[in-house]
Amino acid sequence: MATNTANPTTLLQCDHCGENCANDQISLGEKHFCCEGCKLVYELLNENDLCDYYTLNNKPGQSRRIPVRKDKFAFLDDEKIQQQLIQFKDDAQVHITFYIPYIHCSSCLWLLENLHRLDAGILGVTVNFARKEARVIFLHSRTSLRNIAELLTSIGYEPYISLQDLKQQKPRIRKGLVYRLGVAGFCFGNIMLLSFPEYFSGYGYADIKMNAIFRILNLTLSLPVFFYSAQVFYRSAWGSLKSGFLNIDVPIVLAVIVTFIRSLADVFSGTGAGYFDSMTGIVFFMLVGRILQDKTYQGLSFDRDYTAYFPLAVSVLKEGEEIPAALPDINVNDTLLIHNNELIPADGILIKGSAVIDYSFVTGESAPVRKATGEIVYAGGRQLEGNIEILTIKEVAQSYLTSLWNRDELKQGAQRQPSFIHLLSRYFTWVVLSIAVISAIYWWQHDPSRIWPAVTAILIIACPCALLLAASFTNGHILRILSKRQFYLRNADAIEQLANADHIVFDKTGTLTGKTAAVISWHGQELTSEEMMAIGTLAAQSTHPLDKMIAAHCGQDTSLPVRNFRALTSRGISGWAGFNFIQLGSAAFTGAEHVTTNGSVVFVSIDGKRPGYFCIGSHYREGMPQLLQQLQNNYAISLLSGDNDREAPYLQKLMGPKATLLFNQQPADKLNYVLSLQQQGKRVLMIGDGLNDAGALKQSDIGVSLTESSNNFTPASDGILEAAQLTLLPRFIGICKANKRIIIITFIISLLYNFIGLSFAVQGILSPLTAAILMPASSISIVILTYILSEWSGKH
Amino acid sequence: MSVIIILLGASLLVAIFFLAAFIWSVRNGQFEDDFSPAHRMLFESKPVENVCSSSGKNCDNGSCKSRICKQ
Repeated sequence: MATNTANPTTLLQCDHCGENCANDQISLGEKHFCCEGCKLVYELLNENDLCDYYTLNNKPGQSRRIPVRKDKFAFLDDEKIQQQLIQFKDDAQVHITFYIPYIHCSSCLWLLENLHRLDAGILGVTVNFARKEARVIFLHSRTSLRNIAELLTSIGYEPYISLQDLKQQKPRIRKGLVYRLGVAGFCFGNIMLLSFPEYFSGYGYADIKMNAIFRILNLTLSLPVFFYSAQVFYRSAWGSLKSGFLNIDVPIVLAVIVTFIRSLADVFSGTGAGYFDSMTGIVFFMLVGRILQDKTYQGLSFDRDYTAYFPLAVSVLKEGEEIPAALPDINVNDTLLIHNNELIPADGILIKGSAVIDYSFVTGESAPVRKATGEIVYAGGRQLEGNIEILTIKEVAQSYLTSLWNRDELKQGAQRQPSFIHLLSRYFTWVVLSIAVISAIYWWQHDPSRIWPAVTAILIIACPCALLLAASFTNGHILRILSKRQFYLRNADAIEQLANADHIVFDKTGTLTGKTAAVISWHGQELTSEEMMAIGTLAAQSTHPLDKMIAAHCGQDTSLPVRNFRALTSRGISGWAGFNFIQLGSAAFTGAEHVTTNGSVVFVSIDGKRPGYFCIGSHYREGMPQLLQQLQNNYAISLLSGDNDREAPYLQKLMGPKATLLFNQQPADKLNYVLSLQQQGKRVLMIGDGLNDAGALKQSDIGVSLTESSNNFTPASDGILEAAQLTLLPRFIGICKANKRIIIITFIISLLYNFIGLSFAVQGILSPLTAAILMPASSISIVILTYILSEWSGKH
Repeated sequence: MSVIIILLGASLLVAIFFLAAFIWSVRNGQFEDDFSPAHRMLFESKPVENVCSSSGKNCDNGSCKSRICKQ
């Protein structure tokens, strides 16, 4: 078998972007470039003495092979759109923050912050690397918003301005939690310190006056923790009480309040020092756990809906003039001018131009569709050839694609099963309460004065904070371990959902297959270059997409005469190219034997001889057969594809006989399929990539979207996975399952501490010192244990 | 023993100072982006060389490295 791929003869790399150069034609001095665009950027930077850009990192640029349309940012001249984007404006200055997905290295940082050397109107640029944002301050008398956007684009840092920018700010990290943690840490540390004299007062250091001062100080220091730092837990507990579901925060809040009241009583009655250090300590540790678990990935967004994909503005034609208009302002019956390679923002009727529309974005079908004037084009399609004009028939928010987001199923927050931690804590609470009641009854009969100390001590020592700590620290570690392997989960709930999933639904295009379009391979005897040329020249006569691909693959020679060309529908083509009679088509047509492959097959016959066939198939990601083999043992698998079913037999073989394969699926069909699985009681893991999977991703119990690089846009989902890591999916699920085991193991160990504490507590002799030793000891050992166990499970 | 009370006050003040510093640094966004500041400080800001007076041989640009104009 010989496989032909276009291997470049030289391995010359572009000095700007590092891509392979087709030839060494485009060069400047000793520098070589892959395209004119790259060369232009180099010239611009060289002129302005900005070539440090290339010394900081090797070939840091972005390929400029696909030029950006000249007036793409014309809409930024519009006063109204400007106002919605800029943050600050006075007589002289304007402040604006651009989101620039390409920011990836220190060269980017350096170049962007030296932007003022390219445009004198710019006063300064500050890059936030984690968020991939650049904040630009400029003088609007010297330059304009559009100029800056175009300048950025011209050096390869095209700002991404989407409809989502109109809806206000992205969520930022919650600083409130960090402040609370700071305050709790401060108070906890000081209370510990101030408690020492009291603990050792039994050993001859007693000083009643000093002790009183220490106690009052401790009480004062505990107030900010009780009223400020612990607020997060009160809110969560109150919220769960209101909705009639007891979560883990309820018993914790109960314990915190009981501890505080008991300590107040102790201090004011002068009977003891109270348990302020235990209380503040537990709040501190729980806050650390919560922050660890809620760590967000700033560069990623899990909430992108269609608005993040749509451009901010389009050109509206009014009386022959192009006027940029923001998408929400588009009305029915407006005429829109869609430029080459632009997205159609609203459903409309094609009124001018020839439309070749790529709907892969919406449907997953990879072949572009040709539309004639008068036909309806749907929002979400990308126009591929030339400019077209459409007359809108629906507003943006009402269009077919966007209306998917308005479905009732998606609007209500998904009703998900509560985490097992809450259920576990509920049993735990009942056990603790019954121990408290039993010991109260016991002491009531024997020594009623000890009811109060015994019962309060039980509630203090037995709060399920150990369980919460175990859960939040383990979740935090697991999220971190997964993110190291480029699997980013939205939150801790997603870990449990992933572990519980029992049905995996795959999308085909972009998920099982790579993003790159079809791959052509030749199977059979080696062809001479003349034969290749002849085949290509004949195939070029045909309009069939497969023939077109073959023509592009083989190349064509326009000087070669083609005679007697015949095309037979659904069979093939034949004709003379030069001195060869060539047939291209099905096995029956050319008389060849049938073969099964993973794609479409075009058989070739030259002068009656049959040297072989072309196989045109999707490019499946590496390791997919093994992955699917592994998964079908433990899971039910389905495939939903927007594409046609020509690869069905191959896929069925790949996914096993039990797998369900569905083709020609519209976005709504995908969503409905997931819904029907859920109604059968299945817990669905959906893996997809495009906007066409967005509904299904959102509906499924856990939706994971694939991305080629984390710069890319992914639809709303619970997890984002680097495409190359897809083969590790069983590992990831394994790690998520280990998560639950680790939590339970650490919880059982913390129960041992609880038993020791309880044995003191039921007797009513729990001293603050014992509590102060037990509490941090159990917390710290849990923290260490979860760390060791999760690292271990991440490695095995 | 009453000297301890003064020490207590002093130690608490120091601790409060650090708490305030912590809160200030969070508010200031020092923990938001750990890449840019670390790299920014390594960038050289080169003196502007190409503003030399092009007429004579004597360079009056103090920040010019070469001291001799190329023209």
